Amino acid sequence: MQDQAAANNGTVHEIQPLDALMQKIAEHKGCGSSGGAGKASCGSAAGQGDLPPEVWEKVKNHPCYSEEAHHHYARMHVAVAPACNIQCNYCNRKYDCANESRPGVVSEKLTPEQAARKVVAVASAIPQMTVLGIAGPGDPLANPEKTFRTFELVAREAPDIKLCLSTNGLALPDHVETIKRFNVDHVTITINVVDPEVGQHIYPWIFYRHKRYTGREAARILSERQLQGLEMLTAAGILCKVNSVMIPGVNDRHLVEVNRAVKSRGAFLHNIMPLISAPEHGTVFGLNGQRGPTAQELKALQDQCEGEMNMMRHCRQCRADAVGLLGEDRSAEFSTEKVMAMEVSYDAAARKAYQERVEQDRQEKVAAREAELAQPGADFGDIKILAAVATKGGGRINEHFGHAGEFQIYEVSAAGTKFIGHRRVDHYCQGGYGEEDTLDTVIRAINDCVAVFVAKIGACPKDSLKAAGIDPVDGYAHEFIEQSVIAYFKEYVEKVRRGEIAHIDKGDADIRQGAYIAA
Amino acid sequence: MAYKIIASQCTACSACEPECPNVAIQEKDGTFVIIAKKCTECIGYFDDPQCAAVCPVENTCVIDNGYPRYQAA
Ligand code: SF4
Ligand code: SF4
Repeated sequence: MQDQAAANNGTVHEIQPLDALMQKIAEHKGCGSSGGAGKASCGSAAGQGDLPPEVWEKVKNHPCYSEEAHHHYARMHVAVAPACNIQCNYCNRKYDCANESRPGVVSEKLTPEQAARKVVAVASAIPQMTVLGIAGPGDPLANPEKTFRTFELVAREAPDIKLCLSTNGLALPDHVETIKRFNVDHVTITINVVDPEVGQHIYPWIFYRHKRYTGREAARILSERQLQGLEMLTAAGILCKVNSVMIPGVNDRHLVEVNRAVKSRGAFLHNIMPLISAPEHGTVFGLNGQRGPTAQELKALQDQCEGEMNMMRHCRQCRADAVGLLGEDRSAEFSTEKVMAMEVSYDAAARKAYQERVEQDRQEKVAAREAELAQPGADFGDIKILAAVATKGGGRINEHFGHAGEFQIYEVSAAGTKFIGHRRVDHYCQGGYGEEDTLDTVIRAINDCVAVFVAKIGACPKDSLKAAGIDPVDGYAHEFIEQSVIAYFKEYVEKVRRGEIAHIDKGDADIRQGAYIAA
Repeated sequence: MAYKIIASQCTACSACEPECPNVAIQEKDGTFVIIAKKCTECIGYFDDPQCAAVCPVENTCVIDNGYPRYQAA
C-alpha cells in the first residue's frame, strides 16, 4: 500500500504544473472512463448575483439554476421526445449524450401518459422534486405533441411542479406561443456558435422545412432560428437560459461572442459546459480525438464571461432521465413497470410542509456564513484558494472522502466564498479493485485545491493527499460548508503570514469524462 | 421502388414517422418500418424522401430494389 502510494506520488508531482497536465491530457485525448477525474463546471454565483429580483424569485428554488437550491431541491426529466431535427458532432443519439443532459434513445422511452404517472409518483415520494424537464432523447420541439401532452397531464395532476424544456432552438420560433400557453417556466437553448463559419464544424446537418441542409447553410439557419427564438421568448416574458458546449480549438474563443449575443437578447443565465468526449461514445468528436477543456481552461472562460452576465457553474451535466438529489440516483425505484403498479396519491400539503422546512434551513445556513464572515481579524490580503468539499447535500460537509462521487469546489478570498463548480470522481472506496488508480484520479480532479473538506477520511488516502499538497480536513465534519471554509481560510492566511506554510499556485485539474448518472 | 428501413440500424427514434406524407411509416417490434405499397418516394410532395432526410443514421432509409418503381399517377 505504501509503495503504491509512493508510486502515485510520482504521477501526482508530474501533473502539478499546468503544462505537464495539459501534455498528459493531450496524450490521452478524449480519455474515457479510465481517464480524467473532475468535472468542473458551470455555476450561478450560488446566490442572487446581479439577477433582477423578479428573476431571482423564479429561479431561487430551481436546482438547475441555483447551486444552493441544488442542495435542497431536485428536478427530474422524462424521456418522451426521441426524435431530433439536427445532428451534432458531439452526439451519437444511440447513447446518452453527456453534453446536453440527454438520455440516449436506448434509455427507457415513455409515452406522455407513462411519463406523467412517473412524475406524480416521484413527486409524491420525494418532496424535493419540484421541477420537471423535457430534454430528449431527441429535441422536445421536434416532438411537440408528446412534449406538450406530457406538460398538460402533469399540470393537471401536480400543478405545483415547474415545467421546463431544453431545445436546440431550430423549431423554437414555431412554438413560443404554445410554450407560453402551457406556462412553461424556463427554456434552455443550446447555442454553441453565432457564426456559421464556426458552426459548420459542429453541426453536419439540420432537417428544416422538409429539407436536409448541410455545411455553413445548416449552421446559418440554426443560428438564426436560435437567436430569433431567444428574442421571442424574451418578448413573451419566459425565462431563457443558454447552454454552450466548450470545444477547445473549435468554439472556445468564439464563446465570448456567443455570450454577448445571448446576453443582448435577454438570456438570464449562460452555462458554459465542458465538452465530454471519448471514442467509446461513438461521436464524431470522440472518434477524431477532439479533447474537452481542462478545469482551469473552463474556469478562465467562465470568468471572462462573468463580467458580461450571470454565469452558471454548478451544472453537473446530469443525465436527463435520472431521479434524485445531489449525486443520489433513485431511478431504479421508478422504472415504468414499478410506476404503473404503484398506488399514487399526490399529497400537495406534505410537499408544502417539507418545502417550508427547507426554507428555514436555508436561512440558518446563510446566517451562519454571514456570522463567520463578520467576525473580526479577517484581513485576508489578496490570497485566494480553492477548496474541495465532500457533501451529500443540505449545505453541510457530510460525506466521507471515500464515498464521494463528486467534490464541490469553492473559491475563498477576502470577498468571501464563491462556488466554482463540481468535480466528479469515481468513488474511491469501491472495495479493493483499482483503489489506488481511483485515488490518483481523485487527486487529479482536485489538484488545484489547497484543502479537501470531508466528514471522514482514512489514514492512507490522507497521506497521499498530503503528499500531493492537498490538506485533508475532517475537523469541520457536519458543519455548514461556507462557514467552515471561511474559518479554515482565516487560519490558512494566518499560517502563511507567520511563515508556517507557503502559499503556492496549485496548477490545473482534470475534468472527468463520461455521463453523469445521478440528478 | 419504394423506400425501406434497415431494421438493424434503426434506433427507433421515430423522427421519420410524422414526416412521411403518406403515413407509410409505422412502429413494429421496436423498430420502424415502411409499408412499401403506401410509399411514393415522396414524389408529388417533396423534393427529397423525408424519411431519409431526417434519419440520424446514414443509409438506413434506402431504396428497396425488390419493389417496383413508383409510378406517379
Ligand atoms: S420516401 Fe417519403 S413516402 Fe416513402 S416512406 Fe419515406 S417519407 Fe414516406
Ligand atoms: S428516423 Fe431512422 S432511426 Fe429514426 S425511427 Fe426512422 S428509420 Fe429509425
